[in-house]
Amino acid sequence: MGKWTRRAFITTGVLTGGAVVIGVAIRPGNRANKVKGMMAGAGETMVNIWLKIAADNTVTVVVPHAEMGQGVHTTLPMMLADEMDADWTKVRMMEAPGTTEYANYALGKGFILGEKDFPAFLIDTVDGLFLTVTKNMGLQITGGSASVRFTGMLAMRVAGAAAKAVLLQAAADEWKVPLEELVTKDSYISHKASNRSEPFATFAAKAAELSQPAKPQLKTSKEFTIMGTSPARFDIPEKVDGTAIFGIDVALPGMKYAAIKAAPVFGAKLKSVDASMIKDMPGVQKVVQLENAVAVIADGYWLAKTALDKLTIEFEKTGNETVQQADIYAKYLVDLKAAETNGKEKKDVKQGNVENALEEAAQLVEADYKVPYLAHATMEPMNCTAHVVGEKCELWVGSQNPLGFAKSVAKALDFDAENVMVHNQYLGGGFGRRSFDDVALQAARIAKEVDYPVKLIWSREEDTRQDFYREANISRFKAALDGNGQITAWKNQFLFKHDPVEAPHIPYDVVNQLIQYSESETHVPWGYWRSVDSSMHAFFTESFMDELAHTAKKDPYEYRREQLSKAPRFLKVLDLAVEKANWGTTLPPNWGRGISLHQSFGTIVAQVVEIEIIDDALKVHRVVCAADPGFAFHPDGFEAQMESGIVYGLTAALYGEITIENGAVVQSNFHDYQMVRMNESPKIETYIIQSDNWPGGGGEPSTPGIAPALSNAIFDATGQRIRELPIKNHKLQANQKILG
Amino acid sequence: MNLKINDQDHEVDVDPATPLLWVIREQCGLTGTKFGCGIGQCGACTVQLDGVAVRSCLTPVQAAVDKKITTIEGIAPSSTELHALQRAWIEEQVPQCGYCQSGQIMSAHALLQNNVAPTDEDIDQAMSGNICRCGTYSRIKKGIKRASEELAFVSPSKTESHG
Repeated sequence: MGKWTRRAFITTGVLTGGAVVIGVAIRPGNRANKVKGMMAGAGETMVNIWLKIAADNTVTVVVPHAEMGQGVHTTLPMMLADEMDADWTKVRMMEAPGTTEYANYALGKGFILGEKDFPAFLIDTVDGLFLTVTKNMGLQITGGSASVRFTGMLAMRVAGAAAKAVLLQAAADEWKVPLEELVTKDSYISHKASNRSEPFATFAAKAAELSQPAKPQLKTSKEFTIMGTSPARFDIPEKVDGTAIFGIDVALPGMKYAAIKAAPVFGAKLKSVDASMIKDMPGVQKVVQLENAVAVIADGYWLAKTALDKLTIEFEKTGNETVQQADIYAKYLVDLKAAETNGKEKKDVKQGNVENALEEAAQLVEADYKVPYLAHATMEPMNCTAHVVGEKCELWVGSQNPLGFAKSVAKALDFDAENVMVHNQYLGGGFGRRSFDDVALQAARIAKEVDYPVKLIWSREEDTRQDFYREANISRFKAALDGNGQITAWKNQFLFKHDPVEAPHIPYDVVNQLIQYSESETHVPWGYWRSVDSSMHAFFTESFMDELAHTAKKDPYEYRREQLSKAPRFLKVLDLAVEKANWGTTLPPNWGRGISLHQSFGTIVAQVVEIEIIDDALKVHRVVCAADPGFAFHPDGFEAQMESGIVYGLTAALYGEITIENGAVVQSNFHDYQMVRMNESPKIETYIIQSDNWPGGGGEPSTPGIAPALSNAIFDATGQRIRELPIKNHKLQANQKILG
Repeated sequence: MNLKINDQDHEVDVDPATPLLWVIREQCGLTGTKFGCGIGQCGACTVQLDGVAVRSCLTPVQAAVDKKITTIEGIAPSSTELHALQRAWIEEQVPQCGYCQSGQIMSAHALLQNNVAPTDEDIDQAMSGNICRCGTYSRIKKGIKRASEELAFVSPSKTESHG
């Protein structure tokens, strides 16, 4: 438990539940004075580090997360404002600046920013948990569907409630009346007996001097007035008139543009560059050689790219130039087998006695599943603008981890950490990709070679071929059924394990389970990809579950239902999806219906998909999505995330495939790395179960379930079992029986 | 050369083969038009030349000279009003990351200019050149319908008042 990666925290943190972690926002006491200079303008008071109150009584909430479309710049202020009883129409948002000063100040408790290890003795203590949370937020990471369920719950709500407490105390002191006679509403404090009512702003300065409670009383869901409603998102108006500034839109005086080409074979270093072809090109400023890439700086991006394409570039050989995709899969099988033989498989779940149960099976079912590498393909290609002056560097970039970027750049340039500043911009899609600092490091190294700001933009081809990929994987199953078709053994072997830890786990009543994994080294860089391990394990486990249902000659929904006796929340979600989807009603010929059930990032999602096979083409008509996120604080935003995750997962299921040829990625752009478009996008209906359970994430949990629900629907329509993604590689045929 | 963008003149000095996209963004400073793929596959760079939606990443700047260029910054009737599509986009809370939305709106705008009451199929056909990785397609469709209803409601009276 010594190692704490952000995902380890995220997945572990949720298991701790709500009670113990309250108070993070305010610990170790109110130090708002120290950021006042940076954060507060004239007439504004920092009440605590998360909010300030202006003379006109507007409340500005400081949000330490990036906006990439998930609505966090609206939802987190809602959580604070509600606890504070602020007037929502007068609430504003500002993103926390990406400076180490702010993070250190805000949440630091003496740990060096970005330190990877926490002292083991602290981990098991409540205080250790506080520190872990603190570090996580201090790094300003946006990912793991974590913003609402951790920052929102642990920081925003507590900060709002604490601010309300000190504002009330200040008012009680001022008016010399008992605290309990005061009422807060719409950013006003009132005292009925003396008929007084004043805005928060009146008491802000006094309140900021008071000691804030670390564990203020939070509202129950019945008391919510803003949480659980869906006000218009703050970021949308500027996204409809072209004024929103994404990383790629940043403009600085004297700025030049850079295009780049990195070694197509991962890990290869630059050998030589012949730039003679471009030495007389007007507007071309400089050729910069990096360890594994060449960049051209010019007066415009098009010019830089055109010049770059004229260069003759050679890269060193790494030995991976002969690696083909088939070799990777072959090696996977060898490594899986070897690990099994030599007992080096890592146990993920081991309960009961799987081998005995397999021997005693009435029926044995075996299947191997396979998924390919996937790229993120954010709409905004990777880019970063950097300016290096002396020993200082400023960066403008859309980042899921701005402080992490600053730290990496400082290290790479050998600058002091406080001399690197990241100005975070809107992200044109993140999906995990923008948590990687590679483009920021390139931009900083290029900018170090010149005395003007440089905007580095990747081509789409570079973006596709220099990604950090969702891994290709193989998952092997062996299950035993008894005479009634009940599962008596579940054995699952696969490669690699990242997060969330529960990705390969099943909610079903299977006494004997053995889930294990092993490693297989490849040279292809791995990265967080929307829903991470769940993006493939839901396909594996929920497709195999469907196979078991059909083997047992049972309805796939009823079959799941019968085996959820210990998972009432799963059961409820499953039932809701089925009810809304009219499961069991007759479909037209050549149509099919499929179901899936999977939990990730604290949210349980069931999906029912309806498809039609038209000749050999697939039409996805409808997706019914039922979700239990505990509580959705902004239901419309949560619904939008469900829709988004489903379309993202649908693209992967239908088309997503990155292949390696001669050590490099074959695909390059949207013509050969195809995306779902509007005409292929199904009707999506989302139903949310609201409760007082600890909130789950929104950004990722709907992505995993679409592939299995879709594959199961294809089986329903055609009798073809899809065990390998993407679906485009399969020739689908309408079921003759149905046609008959 | 001279470019007329959103009824404003811009004097630019670039290689005539440069894609219009980069001239609009870098020389004219209008960054609402986005770079997505560079090969006309994603629609993020959609602008209009004389009212026709084009992919500015594939359009040489010289092809836009003497034409009326409209970008996302130029569809609102005034600086204090939004276009019906923009209002509909806010009403339906369409954008997520928002990066593709300028292109989406410009394609939708071109559609509605030719077809005030598009069917689902018309919308699919007109909009399938625009990729959205956040999967906002269903909301885009709702947004187009909302705007088309508003425009259909407004346009007869306009016709009347113009005689």
